[in-house]
Amino acid sequence: MIRHRKPDIRLLIIFVATAALVACTGGESNVERGNREQVLHIGNGTEPQGLDPHVVTGVPENTLIRALFEGLAVKNPYTLEPEPGVAERWEFSDDGRQITFFINPQARWSNGDPVTADDYVWSWMRALHPQTGNLYAYMLFPVKNAEAFFKGDIEDFSEVGVEAVDATTLKVTLNEPTPYFLQLMDHYSTFAVHRPTIEKHGKFTDRFTKWTRVGNIVSNGPFVLEEWKLNRRITMRRSDTYWDRDRVRLERIVFYPTENAVSEERGFRAGQLHYSYTLPLDKIPVYQAMENSPYVQAPYLGTYYYLLNTQRPPLDDVRVRRALSMAIDRDMLTRTVMQNSVVPAYSITPPGTLGYEPPRTFDFDPREARRLLAEAGYPDGEGWPGAEVVYNTLEAHRKIAVALQQMWKEHLNIEIELANQEWKVYLDAVSTMNYDIGRRGWIGDYVDPNNFLDLFLSRGGNNNTGFIDPVYDDLIMRQAPQAKSREERYAIFAEAETRLMQQMPIIPIYTYTSRHLIKPSVCGMPANLMDSLNFRYVYLDPTRTSFEEPCDP
Amino acid sequence: MWRFLAARLLQAIPVILAVITVTFFLVRIAPGGPFDSEKAVIPEVKAALEAQYRLDQPLLSQYLAYLGDLAQGDFGPSFKYPGRSVNELIGAGLPVTAELGLYALLIATLIGGLAGVIASLRPNTPQDYVPMALAMIGICMPTFLLGPLLVLVFGIRLEWLPVSGWGDIPGDKILPSITLGAAYAAYIARLSRAGMLEVLSQDYIRTARAKGLPEWQVVVKHALRGGLLPVISFLGPAFAGLLAGSFVVETIFQIPGLGRFYVQAAFNRDYTMILGTTVFLSTLIVLFNLLSDVAAAWLNPRLRHQFGGAK
Repeated sequence: MIRHRKPDIRLLIIFVATAALVACTGGESNVERGNREQVLHIGNGTEPQGLDPHVVTGVPENTLIRALFEGLAVKNPYTLEPEPGVAERWEFSDDGRQITFFINPQARWSNGDPVTADDYVWSWMRALHPQTGNLYAYMLFPVKNAEAFFKGDIEDFSEVGVEAVDATTLKVTLNEPTPYFLQLMDHYSTFAVHRPTIEKHGKFTDRFTKWTRVGNIVSNGPFVLEEWKLNRRITMRRSDTYWDRDRVRLERIVFYPTENAVSEERGFRAGQLHYSYTLPLDKIPVYQAMENSPYVQAPYLGTYYYLLNTQRPPLDDVRVRRALSMAIDRDMLTRTVMQNSVVPAYSITPPGTLGYEPPRTFDFDPREARRLLAEAGYPDGEGWPGAEVVYNTLEAHRKIAVALQQMWKEHLNIEIELANQEWKVYLDAVSTMNYDIGRRGWIGDYVDPNNFLDLFLSRGGNNNTGFIDPVYDDLIMRQAPQAKSREERYAIFAEAETRLMQQMPIIPIYTYTSRHLIKPSVCGMPANLMDSLNFRYVYLDPTRTSFEEPCDP
Repeated sequence: MWRFLAARLLQAIPVILAVITVTFFLVRIAPGGPFDSEKAVIPEVKAALEAQYRLDQPLLSQYLAYLGDLAQGDFGPSFKYPGRSVNELIGAGLPVTAELGLYALLIATLIGGLAGVIASLRPNTPQDYVPMALAMIGICMPTFLLGPLLVLVFGIRLEWLPVSGWGDIPGDKILPSITLGAAYAAYIARLSRAGMLEVLSQDYIRTARAKGLPEWQVVVKHALRGGLLPVISFLGPAFAGLLAGSFVVETIFQIPGLGRFYVQAAFNRDYTMILGTTVFLSTLIVLFNLLSDVAAAWLNPRLRHQFGGAK
């Protein structure tokens, strides 16, 4: 009876031994080896849709594309002010309607071709061509006639305000003075692409070509594409042709699609990553309590808010909208539900947007909220017809909605129902205005209050609240662009934002933060409002083991 | 035999056609489209995109065009990943998922088979209860619990094995394979125990024992073949199930397999990708069911006789 089991047990022993043997060969971690060889391993969210700057959208895509390509002007990672990229300098005309970019004669494509002004004219034509289907085409709309060309009203691209004066001089004519235009030059939708490469692989408006694959792609940034393993990793190598290559110190960057934050955090702990894309909410207190903590949290150019459907009763009454907003104890919400990982918001524009401080027009004030609600005809919640919050299915959204539901019950004695919806269903409900209260978040594309305030223009595609105010439109569309100085312009924005918050078509809830885990060996990667990485500045200092120590210069 | 095979293959065609049709129209009925995003899409852009993907045509002609492409083995371009075809995405994910499935199945069969056989030899004793209780736990414990537990113990505490990845670091395939295989090992243990118990009570086993054969020879030479039959017919569907159901394990361990693409495609309304993976996986399931029928027939003399008659 016993004898028959012997061979089976031997099998088991062999299996366990093999497993142990394989396990022990692990050895040096990614981080240790990377530190030695200047190879940075970073978590990058999801598998990118692709790498074509005029076709894709998204944060992981942005990080990858800005390592491979470079814009005319680039954000400094410390100050976010524009500094020379492909253009070594630029000049504004006196009326602010014309910018001349002087392209660095050393700027090269990765195949050695010089980057020229003609490359930009052709690339902007591609970015704006209606058939390209560029979701970010509007980034170039400040350029004269760009919108008309995009909408097919004019077909001759030479009428659009971009012109190659000579090989290294690019003249751009704008509709209005656009103070944030240089910021847009660091957005991938305005980047130049290599015309011969794109034309070699298909029609220039075609989304399906293989020009961005390894071996095909020609780019002009500090790094070149070396390997792209779908859903596994993307490896880039330092470019030999980049104009500022002597400054680039990383030899390679390896990007990992890390959709699952829990797994990513484990990978970070096991030394597989230098830098995590994010980390799970429930891990934050643990890391915050740690000494020499690798956790970095910084304000992020994004606002989490609720949309109010101003066309539907009872939310068509501004007093009701204000009451709902004032009954929210944002401090408590961010402290408890969000574990101090975000900042309470009282405006749509995040504070500190390149020097802009949004006005604070209201506070948590349950008494005033009750008074307003009573004035609107619902004293102590009597006769309240009910309303519903829709949000896309996600644990964090649910927690917030539940907390707000309780606050509204407690302070206003009204019932608000919650409805979670699958992502696309929710998008559909909001865009067709088939909702009462809807969750929403907006992440800025460029550092300027305009990027948040123009959401609520009467005809704005992202308005979705039914809010219409011609005075507001005039402030944003006509007055702000005419301002002579940054101060004057910001004052106009503050006036507009005050109007917006008085009419309250949205309830701001919190300002996002960027949240990363970072190894102490990583230098030149400061936290900033755009959560923007500039790999030209990044390097690894293996001797640095604590965040207190300065980086080796 | 061949007629049996041909008949089964012919039966599969309407099944797959039904799968295509139902999936095609179901995904179109679902609210929201592939190009909806939190940022408003300018109508001109949306129109240009829809034209590139033929979405501007009537639904029926889209359906017929899709069938036409499918007949040529073309699943179409992905909506979510411009520049990639669904064939390419399946091609990238399948080998990984298949390898994972194969290892998981291997582990499941080895451990499950062994446990089942051991348990069946002394029914209703601790030698039976212990493996069967473990099997019950295996069936009940979901992979999303077992995976992180294994990672915690072997990856983080003991630092023996990598916590994620696939083929990047030596040993990173072990934990996912065990995690995925565990539930199936439990099923196989129960199946093989039942099969063995039935066989061990047969007359020919008694005869073998009466002839004085050592017990291990009785088990290995005589009982195993019949006792493992239920396991064999389970393996085909199990493998197909592993391919289609590895999503959770792929997410826990960041494995670049098919499962992750499949689920993401549904969230993204990536019409071609949803259709492509559904059609592909249902074809596989049909095929593996067929294979396991054939294998079971081969091993079972009674069924083999039936085939013989059909020759």
